[in-house]
Amino acid sequence: MKKTYKIEVDCANCAAKMEEAAKKVEGVADCTVNFMTLKMKVEFKEGFDEQKVMDDVFKACRKIEPDCVIAYK
Amino acid sequence: MTKKQKKNLIRIIVSAVLMVVFIFIPVDSWMRFAMFMIPYLIIGYDILIKAAKGVIHLQPFDECFLMSVATIGAMIIAVTGHGDYVEAIAVMLFYQTGEWFQSYAVGKSRKSISDLMDICPEYANVETADGQKETDPEDVEIGTVIVIKAGERIPIDGVVISGSSMLDTSALTGESVPRSVHEGDEVISGCVNGSGVLRVKTTKLFEDSTVSRILELVENASSRKSGRESFITRFARVYTPVVVLSALALAIIPPLISLLISGQPHWAMWIYRALTFLVISCPCALVISVPLSFFAGIGGAGKQGILIKGSNYLEMLSKAGTVIFDKTGTLTKGVFEVTEICPDGATEDELLLLAAAAEQYSGHPIALSLLKRFNGRSELPKAEDVSEVAGKGITARIGKSFICVGNSKLMQDNAKGFVPSDKSGTVVYVSRDGQYIGHIVISDIIKENSAKALKELKKTGIRRTVMLTGDSKKAADAAAQKLGLDDVYSELLPEDKVRLTGEIIEKSGKGEAVVFVGDGINDAPVLTEADIGIAMGAMGSDAAIEASDIVLMDDDPLKISTAIGISKKCIRIVNENIWFSIGVKAICLILGALGFANMWIAVFADVGVMVIAVLNAMRNLIQKKK
Repeated sequence: MKKTYKIEVDCANCAAKMEEAAKKVEGVADCTVNFMTLKMKVEFKEGFDEQKVMDDVFKACRKIEPDCVIAYK
Repeated sequence: MTKKQKKNLIRIIVSAVLMVVFIFIPVDSWMRFAMFMIPYLIIGYDILIKAAKGVIHLQPFDECFLMSVATIGAMIIAVTGHGDYVEAIAVMLFYQTGEWFQSYAVGKSRKSISDLMDICPEYANVETADGQKETDPEDVEIGTVIVIKAGERIPIDGVVISGSSMLDTSALTGESVPRSVHEGDEVISGCVNGSGVLRVKTTKLFEDSTVSRILELVENASSRKSGRESFITRFARVYTPVVVLSALALAIIPPLISLLISGQPHWAMWIYRALTFLVISCPCALVISVPLSFFAGIGGAGKQGILIKGSNYLEMLSKAGTVIFDKTGTLTKGVFEVTEICPDGATEDELLLLAAAAEQYSGHPIALSLLKRFNGRSELPKAEDVSEVAGKGITARIGKSFICVGNSKLMQDNAKGFVPSDKSGTVVYVSRDGQYIGHIVISDIIKENSAKALKELKKTGIRRTVMLTGDSKKAADAAAQKLGLDDVYSELLPEDKVRLTGEIIEKSGKGEAVVFVGDGINDAPVLTEADIGIAMGAMGSDAAIEASDIVLMDDDPLKISTAIGISKKCIRIVNENIWFSIGVKAICLILGALGFANMWIAVFADVGVMVIAVLNAMRNLIQKKK
């Protein structure tokens, strides 16, 4: 399943790092962060709860970029 | 300007003013330090906090950390040495100013691109028993009747059931001439209703309508990354750690060597140079400018009705060396028309009248084009005893005459004085009472812009143009000669087209891309086979949008060279940005190591370069109209 979320982040490099971080989260099959459209596209693995996975994705991204925002709730 | 931008702008101004004022206040030592800490903290507090957080999360190599280390380092050198606090503040100030510019420029470009794609309708007027109701287009079901008033955007694809109007399709096609629609015509979402009120019965859901598909396509485009974008991401990942480690080495190794040789370590000087390195080490100019250039290029193309599905295709298109065309519907209009009437013993009108009369009950495309040309000039005489001769034509009795209309075989059997014509296209011969009286040529009309389009392609650097067609050799050769194509392959089956395209790709030079242009009907496999598949006239054709890499919203072949031009310009700008950013940084690193560049120059190498690169990327949004 694929979902797109709006994000807020300041720099392009940070967006690239968020993408890297999100890909490593369990339950995420693939992820692309588009800095220009400020959107994060997440593909979930089968059998994972999307809200829970996104909680983890958000935490992982916050570690890298403390003031990023992902609108997933 | 966003709230954050406003706040940061105020911070920049306040701390810059304070810094300048404080330079003239004559206090010394710790008082001076405390005083200069005020503007430093105003401008840099968020950076320092972020840097600390980065260290806690074991993510130290971000730019905040680098800026913090560099400015704190400069502060320490100032405290222990010359007392020049201005530099640390100035570096922070410059950095914040650059960030501000970047955020402003990116925001602006984001907005101008989304304005460009501002074709999304907000609501649909659904007709209900008690009047019209504004509804979210997503909730409208297939078969619903919606009303579109003058000036409103069509929200969902459908068919006009009443009313007529002029539609402005410019948001979709870049074409400024409005299109007229009447009852029974299909309309696509995204067009603006110019004058009258239209009642439309929807034929699709909102999410399957043209507008939604286009928006999805453009938004996804920047997710398909080009080779250059991946290169930059990889480069950035290596670049920052390498520069930081070199800075560390620069701070330790030369002083030790100098200590051994002369007994003087010059710690302050070398640490200062190392700090300069740190300032230059941020890769942001690169990381932002390359995707931004592609994004702007795709946006600029979209403005002209050229939808490019990804940065990778834009990159590939710029390398196009061969363009293969499908004939029918691509270079020609795909509608058969009477192009020549050649009487031989009758008048032109008589010939057309007899042919049209004999064919009047037939539904064959040839019959239709004859009738269309005749266009009800007068009433057609009745045709009696009409019989079709399979594979040859039609015979009929009109008035007292026995008329045969058909191909050369029919003439050989039925007519005296028959001379076969060497004209290209489909030739229809006519005889009256066994006497040949002339022929009518029916052919597919070449688009007005086709010849010009091919010339333009050559100008943009395309080496070879090829036409593939299922048509007869005669018709194909004639069209090719008229248009000035390099190669023609005719009488092909769809699978031949795929095979030939494969062969052309194999034979074409390395690093050169092969483009196939088709109208999306029957040529989906070829569109996929070619390096770049361009589908034209794709308004509403799902298969074409699916199979191709680039979609031309209207069917003007001139747009192909426009698209190639856009891609070349975009790649040029991307290359400029890559080399400019890396070049300036490399020069500043060398100058910094040698002690010629101070931190001011380093900040320019970081944010100055970034702002210039962003501005350069924005040039992609400006496209010359032809």
